[in-house]
Amino acid sequence: MRPTNKPHGFDQPRSLGEPRAWVLGLFLGVLALAYPLVMGAVDQPYFITFASRVFVFALAATSLNLILGYGGMVSFGHAAFVGTGAYATAILAQAGWVSAWANWPLALGVCALLASVIGVLSLRTRGLYFIMITLAFAQMLYYLAVSLRVYGGEDGMPVRRTLLPFGLELRDEIVLYYTSLLVLALALLLTWRLVNARFGWILRASSENPTRAASLGLPVFYYQLVAFVLAGTMGGMAGILLANLNGWVSPSFLSWHLSGQLMMMVILGGVARLWGGVLGAVAYLFLETLLSEFTIHWQLFLGGLLLLAVLAVKKGLTGLWGKERG
Amino acid sequence: MGFYLVEQILNGLQLGFLLFLVASGLTLVLGVANVINLAHGAFYMVGAYLAAALVGLTGSFGLAILLAALATSFLGLLAEAFLLRHLYNRDHLDQVLATFALMLVLSELVRMTWGSQPVALSVPAALAQPLRLGEFSYSTYRLALIAFGAGVSLGLFWLIFRTRLGMWLRAAAANWEMARCMGVPAGALYKLTFALGAFLAGLAGSLVGPITAVHLGMGTDVLILCFVIIVIGGVGSIKGAFVAALLVGLVDNLGRAFLPSLFQLVLSGPVAASLASALVSTLVYLFMALVLVFRPEGLFPVRMR
Repeated sequence: MRPTNKPHGFDQPRSLGEPRAWVLGLFLGVLALAYPLVMGAVDQPYFITFASRVFVFALAATSLNLILGYGGMVSFGHAAFVGTGAYATAILAQAGWVSAWANWPLALGVCALLASVIGVLSLRTRGLYFIMITLAFAQMLYYLAVSLRVYGGEDGMPVRRTLLPFGLELRDEIVLYYTSLLVLALALLLTWRLVNARFGWILRASSENPTRAASLGLPVFYYQLVAFVLAGTMGGMAGILLANLNGWVSPSFLSWHLSGQLMMMVILGGVARLWGGVLGAVAYLFLETLLSEFTIHWQLFLGGLLLLAVLAVKKGLTGLWGKERG
Repeated sequence: MGFYLVEQILNGLQLGFLLFLVASGLTLVLGVANVINLAHGAFYMVGAYLAAALVGLTGSFGLAILLAALATSFLGLLAEAFLLRHLYNRDHLDQVLATFALMLVLSELVRMTWGSQPVALSVPAALAQPLRLGEFSYSTYRLALIAFGAGVSLGLFWLIFRTRLGMWLRAAAANWEMARCMGVPAGALYKLTFALGAFLAGLAGSLVGPITAVHLGMGTDVLILCFVIIVIGGVGSIKGAFVAALLVGLVDNLGRAFLPSLFQLVLSGPVAASLASALVSTLVYLFMALVLVFRPEGLFPVRMR
């Protein structure tokens, strides 16, 4: 009866290495590349923006999955990084740094710095304490953003969109779409390489049994911190794209609602699965948008479907395919 | 100034006792059943709405809150029977997702029944007049809340530390397998914990109704604060939750009352004002972060296993 804290991630170390997964990935890649051309042809720009939104959330959820899933660090404050990335790009652009070459690395640097500070302080704790201390830091940033009148306070501020090389502008929804897709693909590739490398295994070992990992001589804390900073930076990248997508940043980008939403996406999609974040984001946003088209009581149906998903499917939506091992 | 301080301390105590009612249920469920129940805040909200509806039906405030709390407790039992008992063997995070979904469903059901506008719940007539002591006056209802909260807390402590049932609860929270081997009835204890937790949440929700008005967001606000309290106090510790709830109530109220003027002494101008307002809203979180940096397992860590 007593719930046991089962380890995540040990059962499927090379999920993308299978040929079947590669074929599926290739298919999805071609589909994703052709999508805006089709939507452009039938004149449905809304669907292009919607897809970009899905990619951005998938990126944020994937970055959270790196620490939550593989690292066992359940962060309830991931919006802190998304929001900081968004505010950083907006503030830098307002100050005249509109070129992505200058703007993005600086904004990401801010996120990495923030993640290292939060990480150093939070990683002293475990379990529910970790969940809550990460939330605490996110809430502090939220209220800071609310109180800073210079940057719009509660209302937020408009975003001057950053300029990409070759004169491409993120204001164009197709440019934004391909940029988000590219960033997401790179992030997935990086995550895949990382979690199957020595780094990923030490990360899993540290979450599975920190005492044993430490007694094997592994610097548990540093590996967890590096993962936390990486995830924070990737989350910040999602924030940059989200700011450019919405053309507006507001404190809601830092709110615990967003942190919770990202967490639900990861759990729904599959904890410690490479595609977990992507699948969760697609399912969640798709359901939310579709249901809110039909009824104002969409939350009821979203909640009901999530309940069904949790009761019927173990290990998230990615658990639906791929054999269980071990 | 003196009166103002007393008033703020009383407000802090009132908030603290109320938060303890909610947090104690949450920490019991977490300690005994090992479930992170995100729907706990929804129980609190449902309790408040039911009380508001029942006051109109029964005409008695006391009867209404009792019935509302009992109905909420029944709701907790239903949630346990149809949802959570299927998830005890599953990952913690699955339970988080399930209770999050339950929260969505419950709040949407409330919205469908009572609409999005806040519902008024008026202070019972006997407690409506403020209490006057010379120049000092204070809300009688809030004083009654402090007394009632203290009474319920005492009852809860008696239940947990002086009865056989409480011994079972403590044993289950400390070491589940061993408790079961010694003959503690598992299923019944889970059900009871959920029923008790939901009862306390519903009670707290209906009591706070007259102060803040009954609205849809009330559950999530209090849920986050209660997690803060549990973490400050030490997960699974009732004593810790009690101390932390009072501390959080006092820190929040006194900070709101005095911090901005203290800030003005050091800095001045609009920047100081906006920084002060940020600091005030975030004071509780700052307090928690400080506690955790020095005591990573809270003020009263529970020794598990």
